[in-house]
Amino acid sequence: MSQNNWPLWEVFVRSKNGLEHRHFGSLHAADAEMALENARDVYTRRSEGVSIWVVESSNITASNPENNGELFEPAADKVYRHPTFYDLPDEVKHM
Amino acid sequence: MSEKEVKNLEEIFEARIARDEKIEPKDWMPEKYRKTHIRQISQHAHSEIVGMLPEGNWISRAPSLRRKVALLAKVQDEAGHGLYLYSACETLGISRNELYEQLHSGKAKYSSIFNYPTVTWADMGAIGWLVDGAAIINQVPLCSTSYGPYARAMIRVCKEESFHQRQGFEIMLKLANGTPEQKDMAQDALNRWWWPSLMMLGPTDAESVHTAQSMKWKLKRKTNDELRQQFIDQTVPQADLLGLTIPDPDLKWNEETGHYDFGEIDWDEFWQVVKGYGPSNKKRMKDRVGAWEEGTWVRDAAMAYAEKKEKRKNDIKRAI
Repeated sequence: MSQNNWPLWEVFVRSKNGLEHRHFGSLHAADAEMALENARDVYTRRSEGVSIWVVESSNITASNPENNGELFEPAADKVYRHPTFYDLPDEVKHM
Repeated sequence: MSEKEVKNLEEIFEARIARDEKIEPKDWMPEKYRKTHIRQISQHAHSEIVGMLPEGNWISRAPSLRRKVALLAKVQDEAGHGLYLYSACETLGISRNELYEQLHSGKAKYSSIFNYPTVTWADMGAIGWLVDGAAIINQVPLCSTSYGPYARAMIRVCKEESFHQRQGFEIMLKLANGTPEQKDMAQDALNRWWWPSLMMLGPTDAESVHTAQSMKWKLKRKTNDELRQQFIDQTVPQADLLGLTIPDPDLKWNEETGHYDFGEIDWDEFWQVVKGYGPSNKKRMKDRVGAWEEGTWVRDAAMAYAEKKEKRKNDIKRAI
C-alpha cells in the first residue's frame, strides 16, 4: 500500500454574498487546488456556496477545552460591558 | 488519573449529555464513548461507500436519461455522505487509512442490505423506496445525537436523502402502472427487498446488545423494534397505493394496537449475511478493495505532482 497519505483540509463555505464563510467539514486532498475542487463536489452539490476557502488542518491552532475556565470565565463577571448594566430614567428614549 | 477522578469526569460527562449539551472533538470523553462512536460512525460511512456498488451496476443501463441523471446524482450523494461521515469519524482520533483498512480486512461491518444483488431495473426503485426509507427512519433521530460532528454530518445527510426515496418510489410507481411484465418486475423486486429491509433496522430489542448505552448517549432514540414498526406502518399504505402485495401472509392491521402485525423475520438469514455468507458479500469486498488498490498509483501520482509544484514554487521564490 502507498505510504503517501493525502493531508486533511478544513473547508469553509460562504453560502451567499453578505454572509461569512462557515466551517462545513473536512476532506483529504494532495494539494490546495485539489482540495478546492473536491470541496466543490463534496460540499456544494446543491448550490450551497458562492465561495470556498480551504486550509490544511495542521495549520489550525485550536484552544484546549481544559483551559476554557481561564480563557472564557473572566468575561462572565464583566456585566458593565453590557448596555443593561446602566440605569437610565424611563424618559430617555432611543438609547 | 486516578479511578475516582475518571469516575467523577464520567459523571460530569453523562450529565452534560443528559442536559442535551453537545460533545466536541477536543472535549474529554470516556474511552468507551470514543470507541462506540468510531464503530458506529465508521460502519455508517462504510455502508454509504459500499452502498454505491449495487446501484452503480445500473447507471449505464438506466432506461432513460431522466433516470440516469437521477441515479448518478444519488450515487454521488452516497459518496458525499460517506466522506462527511469519515471526516466526522476522524475527529475521534482515527486516520482515514485505518478506517479503510478495517473495512477492507473485514474487521469493520457495513449494512448487510448491500450484500444482496441488484438483478433488475426495478431493484433501483425498491432500494430507493424501501432501503432509503428504512435508512431515513434510522437516521433522522441521529441529527440530534450527542457527538457534534456526527450530528452535523447527519443533518446534511438527511437533507439530501429525501430525494433518494422519492426517486425510488417514482420508479416503482411507473413500473406498477406499466405493462403486466413491468408490474411483475416491480412485485418481484418488492418480494426480494421487503424482508432484508426489515432486517436492516437491526436485531430485535431482546438481541440488541448496545441499545441501553446507545440510548443514554443519544446514538439511538428509539429501539430497533420501534423503528421497524414505524417503517412497516408507513410503508404498507404506500404499497397499497402502488397496487403491489407485501410478501407477508401474516401482515394485517391491528385495530387494538393501532399498528400492523407482521410475520416472523428469518433472523438466521440476517446473521448469515452479517457473518459474510450473503449472496454478494464476496463481490462487494472484491470490488471495493480492487478500487482502492487499483487507485494507488493515482493517489501517489497526485501527491508527487503536488510536491513537485510546491518545490517549483519555492525555487521561484528563492530565485527572486
